[in-house]
Amino acid sequence: MSTDHQNLDLKKLRNSILQWLKERLSDESYDKISTMSEALAGDAEDWEVYSSLSAVPRYTGKSPLELTDDELKEARNIRTGWDPSQWSVDQLARTLLLLSIAERDKDEFFDKLEKLFISSDMGEAEALYQSLPVLPYPDELKDRAAEGIRSNITSVFTAVAQRNPYPADFLDEDAWNQVVLKSLFVQTPLYLIVGIDRRANDKLADILVEYAHERWSAGREVSPELWRPVGPFIDEANLEEIEKVLNHEDTLHRQAAILALSASESKAASNLIKKYQDVLHNVHKQEINWHRIGEQYDAAR
Amino acid sequence: MMFIDPHIHMISRTTDDYKAMYEAGVVAVIEPAFWLGQPRTNPGSMLDYFSMIVGWERFRASQFGIQHYCTIGLNSKEANNEKLAEETMELLPRYASKEGVVAIGEIGYDDMTDLEDRYFRKQVELAKKMDMLVLIHTPHRNKKQGTLKSMDVCEEHGLDPSKVIIDHNNEETIKDVLERGYWTAFTIYPGTKMGNERMVEIVKEYGTERIFIDSAADWGHSDPLGVPKTAKLMLQRGISEDDVKKVCYQNALDAYSQSGQMNENDWLNRSKIDQRKTFSGNTVLRGGYKPYIEDEDDAKNDIIIE
Ligand SMILES: [Zn+2]
Repeated sequence: MSTDHQNLDLKKLRNSILQWLKERLSDESYDKISTMSEALAGDAEDWEVYSSLSAVPRYTGKSPLELTDDELKEARNIRTGWDPSQWSVDQLARTLLLLSIAERDKDEFFDKLEKLFISSDMGEAEALYQSLPVLPYPDELKDRAAEGIRSNITSVFTAVAQRNPYPADFLDEDAWNQVVLKSLFVQTPLYLIVGIDRRANDKLADILVEYAHERWSAGREVSPELWRPVGPFIDEANLEEIEKVLNHEDTLHRQAAILALSASESKAASNLIKKYQDVLHNVHKQEINWHRIGEQYDAAR
Repeated sequence: MMFIDPHIHMISRTTDDYKAMYEAGVVAVIEPAFWLGQPRTNPGSMLDYFSMIVGWERFRASQFGIQHYCTIGLNSKEANNEKLAEETMELLPRYASKEGVVAIGEIGYDDMTDLEDRYFRKQVELAKKMDMLVLIHTPHRNKKQGTLKSMDVCEEHGLDPSKVIIDHNNEETIKDVLERGYWTAFTIYPGTKMGNERMVEIVKEYGTERIFIDSAADWGHSDPLGVPKTAKLMLQRGISEDDVKKVCYQNALDAYSQSGQMNENDWLNRSKIDQRKTFSGNTVLRGGYKPYIEDEDDAKNDIIIE
């Protein structure tokens, strides 16, 4: 796992966020938010901390942030993998306030952060979980992230699972595997999970193949994306399943099977590819990749 | 016709109720914080309850095309547990500014004890400080006296009656409440509160200004379709469509939109329900369940469970 996010430059982060907000808010709203931010970094009382976080959308509205390409690049420079491209203005302002609380001492920050999480409404929960990758002490936020993965509220789950580098960077293997399995279970796409290829593992591949069997038995469809993390672990043991997908009536599924096979280094996999040259050819010709499969499958379902 | 049920405890209802309400035209509901039948004994239970009505319940409603709002408060019954009441008071500011919280409520009197009075006043003060609306629950017993006293307290603390909703009115209280300028709500609740035939008569006699109805459906014998059913009955009994709209939709909207937290656009411009997009893991919908898609759901065989 990379380590540069451990040395997150909080000051630089705060300045960038302030700048991005300034360009999007009226002077009045910006003043309100920056005043709140200073109060929260200082000695604001508890009720003020919580009601400030809650009231953010009243001042900022909830329109999409729409960061420019340069700003997104800046974001990635501050924190590797950080992707606020789909954030709204209120979410960024809430992140700023969290960072303000983090300027107090560590125990106080964690005490307030935990209370914010447990009493959050949907919008707050989304913002809190999205902020995980840019908060200090990331090693100590693992349990919190795992709790977000357990959420029944889809938008809260996806706030942790999608376009968020935290899970891949910090979650242990079991918790990570839940991110992937649950995404399939609640029918959210895998291609938006940061680090989906980097964190592929043997155990996950087994879990996913078993899950595919369960779906087939129930007469339900299996997402073609399921085979993405399975790919590198294809060998004799699960060749039969892949061959089944290679004969799927839908092209997208056949293409997914070929991509999965191409990720395997096993002899069995390369032999099987040879039998399906037409699909392979098709994949090359159309420049099919996992991102496109994920997008197309999501759009069509 | 669109309806608002401005007082209903959805936390006690099933998803079938949401579905039936949606089909009957209910577009928005308000869930006042109240007691749950079984008394709570510690502030943690209260905290989880508040979190539930601003979080999970709102999400659940959205899955069925219904916008969910709530009020936050310490109810009069549990105000009688002083320790719980004190600790709950500290929680209120943590929730009162959240999105979709339209009032402090439902608060007021039950047995009219000193403790009830103390915490009612404290919450009226909090509402004033936070510039929030107040939803008042009037007692079952001693209703008239309790209603008058509730209004006295609001006025003593300088609340503007146009920012206060007095609920569970009946033929005995309506005159005073209307005259003093409060929003006057009626609960269509079988047995203990108000039947809808009586409600028709009230509208015929008093008109529709500042009057609206709700179901207050909860864990008791109650009807989550109280508002749409009463609307139907009103139309049948010759009340004009305009008046029905006021009592079953517009007046509640006018009262609660003063909070800035409830806006007609929330439901007029909501995206079509598509449970595939906001699909939940294992409670509302179970994995593998065929998601409901508005406008596409064709006639289906009722005995098949997929
Ligand atoms: Zn009630």
